[in-house]
Amino acid sequence: MTGCKVVAIGGSAGSIPVVAALLQALPANFPFAVFVVLHRLKNVTSSMDTILTSKGRGLVIGEPDDKEAILAQRVYLAPQNYHLLIEADRTISLDYSEPVHYSRPSIDVTFESIAMAYAGSAVAILLSGANQDGADGLLAIVRQGGVAIVQDPATAEYPVMPQAAINRNKNVVILTPEHIASFLHTLND
Amino acid sequence: MIAPIHISAEDLEEVVHLVRRQYGYDFGDYARASLQRRVIRCMQKAGCLTAFELKYQLTNDDRFFAWFIESLTVNVTEMFRDPAFYKELRNNVLPKLASYPILKIWHAGCSTGEEVFSMAILLHEAGLLNRARLYATDLNPANLERARQGIVPLQNMKEYTSNYIQSGGTNDFSSYYTARYENAIIHKEYRKNIVFATHNLATDQVFNEFQLVCCRNVLIYFNRELQNRVMTLFSNSLAPLGYLALGMKESLLFSEARDQFEVVSPAVRIYRSKL
Repeated sequence: MTGCKVVAIGGSAGSIPVVAALLQALPANFPFAVFVVLHRLKNVTSSMDTILTSKGRGLVIGEPDDKEAILAQRVYLAPQNYHLLIEADRTISLDYSEPVHYSRPSIDVTFESIAMAYAGSAVAILLSGANQDGADGLLAIVRQGGVAIVQDPATAEYPVMPQAAINRNKNVVILTPEHIASFLHTLND
Repeated sequence: MIAPIHISAEDLEEVVHLVRRQYGYDFGDYARASLQRRVIRCMQKAGCLTAFELKYQLTNDDRFFAWFIESLTVNVTEMFRDPAFYKELRNNVLPKLASYPILKIWHAGCSTGEEVFSMAILLHEAGLLNRARLYATDLNPANLERARQGIVPLQNMKEYTSNYIQSGGTNDFSSYYTARYENAIIHKEYRKNIVFATHNLATDQVFNEFQLVCCRNVLIYFNRELQNRVMTLFSNSLAPLGYLALGMKESLLFSEARDQFEVVSPAVRIYRSKL
């Protein structure tokens, strides 16, 4: 794939080791921005960005502020208790509206917003999890001409979420974590 | 498969224009990504399959508009959301404010009042509630109506209690409310110094001078231009050395008004107006 501007990764229960592995697998000087949306607790102090940073060898990983401009070679972790959306001018908008699929941040919300803002230059990856979040978001990505990848449910600790996305969309690519990692490498071309 | 309900950027602008012209609510400088999502959500709920249907209803039905405005604005809030923020208020801000004979606090965009009630509890525990006046404003009259009743869904109280304890609260949280059926009502003594009023940050002006302005997770719905205007409004509404509290991911860094403030608590986004 050429011209990729953004890779969005959504995960829930059982996804953190895969997210960490994918971040490690990012090609050097990757010419796109990466968004990570994970279901996690709110109103508790979190060091998720530190955890992912320590595994991501020198990557710049952080929870963005509202209105932050999106830069390539950065990893943006959706903050706890906010939905993360992308504006047409490629800045980040945070949103504190109702949870979607009991989740805030919701993967659907970010994927749908990325589909609108990036259309065919977006890649979205949905990993292990135990609810239906992400299925509608991947549908939006496909409709706008982006690439939708789902972790092979057989390799997922919690297969419900990837399976729901597969049931919902015919046009998703089903890959093992290793193959997702090698796919990320082709995005450097 | 049926295409999902959608509204194009152009149609969205037409809806914004219609609402401004016919009803006087100005969403022109709201951040588009979330506004578009909210409008689509309203269309889904109302069964409007196209932007034309939405515009038709808005044009011809005032009651539909009243429902629309309530559903469009985000009315989600929590008591003691972000306990670290309340802990900082408790330990480092309220002691400084204790020197004022009368303490005026503005909650801008108060939604259904949960953050104002939290503040009143903090003030009570700091011995300041009797000389405090809390002004709680929102653009949505339905929110204010609910807030005036002081009623909070009981199912949320477990979480709020945990937030309260994490914020450094040591009292029995249930002593602040009475539970009945599905609801909890915050005792009147903690609400008596709260004034609820409509105020639209996009169009209304300064109305008083405050020692503390709380506007948490409201500016995220505005574009940068409106954020700048509102920040100037706050700057003009604050007494010298007054405090401004924003949401945990809202930054003054992107605002033109940043030079008028100094950072007090970077982690929980508390700022202070310079002299």
